[in-house]
Amino acid sequence: MATAEPLVLGIESSCDETGVGIVRGTELLTNTVSSSMAEHARFGGVIPEIASRAHLEAFVPTLQAALADADVTLDEVDALAVTSGPGLAGALMVGVAAAKALAVATGKPLYAINHLVAHVSVGLLDERGKLPENLGALLVSGGHTEILSVPDITGDVRLLGATIDDAAGEAYDKVARLLGLGYPGGPAIDKAARNGDPAAFRFPRGLTAGKYMGSAEKPGSHRYDMSFSGLKTAVARVVETFEASGQPVPVADVAASFQESVVDVISRKTALACTENSIDTLLMGGGVAANSRLRALVIERCRARGIEVIVPPLNLCTDNGAMVAALGARLVAEGRAATGIVFTADPGLPVSTVSMGTV
Amino acid sequence: MLSLDSSSIASAALTRNGEVLAEFATRDTRSHAEALAPAVYNLLGQAGIEPPQLKAILVGTGPGPFTGLRAGLVSARTFGFAWQLPVYGMCSLDALAHRAAQDAAEGTEFLVATDARRKELYWGRYMTHEDGHGRFARPVGGPQVTAPDQLPALPVHGYGAGLHAAQLPNLVTDSAEWQPTAADLSRAAWARQERGIELSTDTSPLYLRESDAKVAVHRKKALR
Repeated sequence: MATAEPLVLGIESSCDETGVGIVRGTELLTNTVSSSMAEHARFGGVIPEIASRAHLEAFVPTLQAALADADVTLDEVDALAVTSGPGLAGALMVGVAAAKALAVATGKPLYAINHLVAHVSVGLLDERGKLPENLGALLVSGGHTEILSVPDITGDVRLLGATIDDAAGEAYDKVARLLGLGYPGGPAIDKAARNGDPAAFRFPRGLTAGKYMGSAEKPGSHRYDMSFSGLKTAVARVVETFEASGQPVPVADVAASFQESVVDVISRKTALACTENSIDTLLMGGGVAANSRLRALVIERCRARGIEVIVPPLNLCTDNGAMVAALGARLVAEGRAATGIVFTADPGLPVSTVSMGTV
Repeated sequence: MLSLDSSSIASAALTRNGEVLAEFATRDTRSHAEALAPAVYNLLGQAGIEPPQLKAILVGTGPGPFTGLRAGLVSARTFGFAWQLPVYGMCSLDALAHRAAQDAAEGTEFLVATDARRKELYWGRYMTHEDGHGRFARPVGGPQVTAPDQLPALPVHGYGAGLHAAQLPNLVTDSAEWQPTAADLSRAAWARQERGIELSTDTSPLYLRESDAKVAVHRKKALR
């Protein structure tokens, strides 16, 4: 079924967003999302079981709203796509079970696709309708921190670097909790940091020592990888020191210094990875792409090396079904085989698997 | 009617007035999301049923381990939406109880139990009735989740009970391997329908337990 402008419905449930998106080729018809974020706020982080319960209740209403918003019927849809990993196991399972039922009920082909690659496929939905050559991607969210090289979005996606412990967004959430700021931590710290001095505290830059970095010719063990768990501990020590001495914690300065450490490492490693892998356009994705300081520094450091940076609108950066549909449509347009209904969600799906059963 | 249950094992059945046309059941209790949709596809083929011939969807609402339970529920709701059919929900324990009631005397009370993991059981209390349509089980208590030693001293049926035989002197050994199935669930549903009792369209999951998440107690301040 190789058609240039397939009508594809995409389903996303890998974390706390239940998303249903519909695209026609590279034209976005609807991006309908139901989020359980508010239910996680009192815990200061996403609780998988609460997210999974919310997916069950939200799925059919979200599907119904998406079809109405796009003004299409299930009969008209050419193919279905669903995120099958990576993500939270119990959350993925809801979207996958629903997508399989929808495939059996409608007889439409189903593509089980990679969540991270779907984030990059958002780039298909802008007015150009195709991805730039020599494309790279930086994905930063509560669950992910990855630098990718994307020679071919339907067949060749490579992981250049990633966090080896906490995702950047997770570090933001944990530090926000330490500082008594709200959830999600990203916007809260970004806001608090505006009145602070980013040089007030010199927090560690994880995995930037020479032994990890090596050189372009002889890369170290973690040249493009990141680590935020030691940083979080360093922030906790500073906060405790102030508390122990009875002094007020300088929240704005700590927030600004923490944020500077995170964005310094991400932007430096990203610019380096792009330069050394002949990437000349970088697409940013994930909820933390909304962070003003991260954007500013990534853009500044990439431009200095002649790399163009694309930041999609925020509702396409955060988890959504439209990105899943966009990647599905691309797979259909290229005549790639559908996955079918016999597959298993894979919480640790590697980024090299763009679509299950077709690589 | 298409019935699904994923409260323990995953199962599906096509039935007409409580008569099973085709059925499917997994052996294990850990492959629900994978197995159900392919099973439905195969059952329709085996029974030679076209989707427009279906009149309703029935789903077991648990209690059961959360992730598996949701696979059946979201599948049933999605089939209902896509095929524009009513979706009915029934307690999954009713399936076991209907089966157990077939060999019980009028007026006897009994329990059915499934594995709730963490050394606990999901269980319900039923009474056997007999009328012109045959025997059926009427729920008189539960469902609830407790440790095995909290169960009332009544005959207890089901695989869940079999797992804790040492603590359950009233275990009925003949039924110690029984699991709730979609086929038994649709028989139990038909037993209600032929007695003029309407099925419920409530498909809310019977989780019976809260999610384990705890709100973080305020972080301890460093000592001065």
